[in-house]
Amino acid sequence: MTRIRTVAQFAWDFVVGDDWRIAVSVVAALGLTALIAAAGVAAWWVMPVAVAATLSASVWRVARRALKA
Amino acid sequence: MSGADIGLVLAVFIACAVEAVEALTIVLAVGITRSWRSTLLGLAAALAVLGLTTVALGPALTTLPIGVLRVVVGGLLLIFGLQWLRKAVLRASRLKALHDEDETFAQETAAARDAGDVPAGIDPYSFTVSFKGVFLEGLEVVFIVLTFGANQHRIGLAAAAAAAAVLLVAIVGVAAHAPLSRVPENVMKFGVGVMLTSFGIFWGSEGAGAHWPGSDAALLAIVPAVLLLGIVQVRVLRSQRQLAPQPIGEVGLE
Repeated sequence: MTRIRTVAQFAWDFVVGDDWRIAVSVVAALGLTALIAAAGVAAWWVMPVAVAATLSASVWRVARRALKA
Repeated sequence: MSGADIGLVLAVFIACAVEAVEALTIVLAVGITRSWRSTLLGLAAALAVLGLTTVALGPALTTLPIGVLRVVVGGLLLIFGLQWLRKAVLRASRLKALHDEDETFAQETAAARDAGDVPAGIDPYSFTVSFKGVFLEGLEVVFIVLTFGANQHRIGLAAAAAAAAVLLVAIVGVAAHAPLSRVPENVMKFGVGVMLTSFGIFWGSEGAGAHWPGSDAALLAIVPAVLLLGIVQVRVLRSQRQLAPQPIGEVGLE
């Protein structure tokens, strides 16, 4: 059980990394792209907007913490 | 060679070179301090496992339907690429410490000295530290080789780019006989982050059903746009540091 937990923890750290919100945002943005595309509307703009927002939010969280420290 | 192939080769080569520089530091520290034979055996074993992983998973990935492959690969590249880009932005803004190969070398050397006497025959410490260091650094490269390579059905080309980077770093490392601390690791990581994120945006969107204006040519706009996004983040964060009422230190990441 401990070994399985260790492997699962390693896989989580390897894929998800320092900020789990990035993974959640990417999955949500891909889902939104699929929904919009399925409705027959242009959906290429969703991922660039999501990436810009996700990266900005992630680095600013760290910066805010540094400013408060 | 198409534009996407050039992107693949560049991203894999640079990513692999950065990881190889980090692995070289560990290998040199353990080899110089303890046993070269055991260290090189650990290195060879790790490279063999990484190679087998690529050979085993590569063909399996290429059998997936292209739509599924693109959305999975695009999503993974985006998650991975954004993590690389985030760290590179934070390092370039001095909000996270730069990776220091000399410091890592000193720490690894001290740990190797404190690990007791070197036994006759195989030294388990040298073997394990070398294997673990090379395997963990190499796993990220295998991931990039598989995702990039499978999506373009060019795993062989991606693996060749990775092997060339390892060979180059090994030759320079053997010649220098010291950690390659002058390699601009953060700039290279920034570049890899931009490439992974850009290709992730492109493939992920296509896999999810979106169609890019200009088809493949859209990448010519996406890559510079992601690069610009990263540069703007760094500039803004640096200016915030200068405007802060008191000096801002580096913070650990969660």
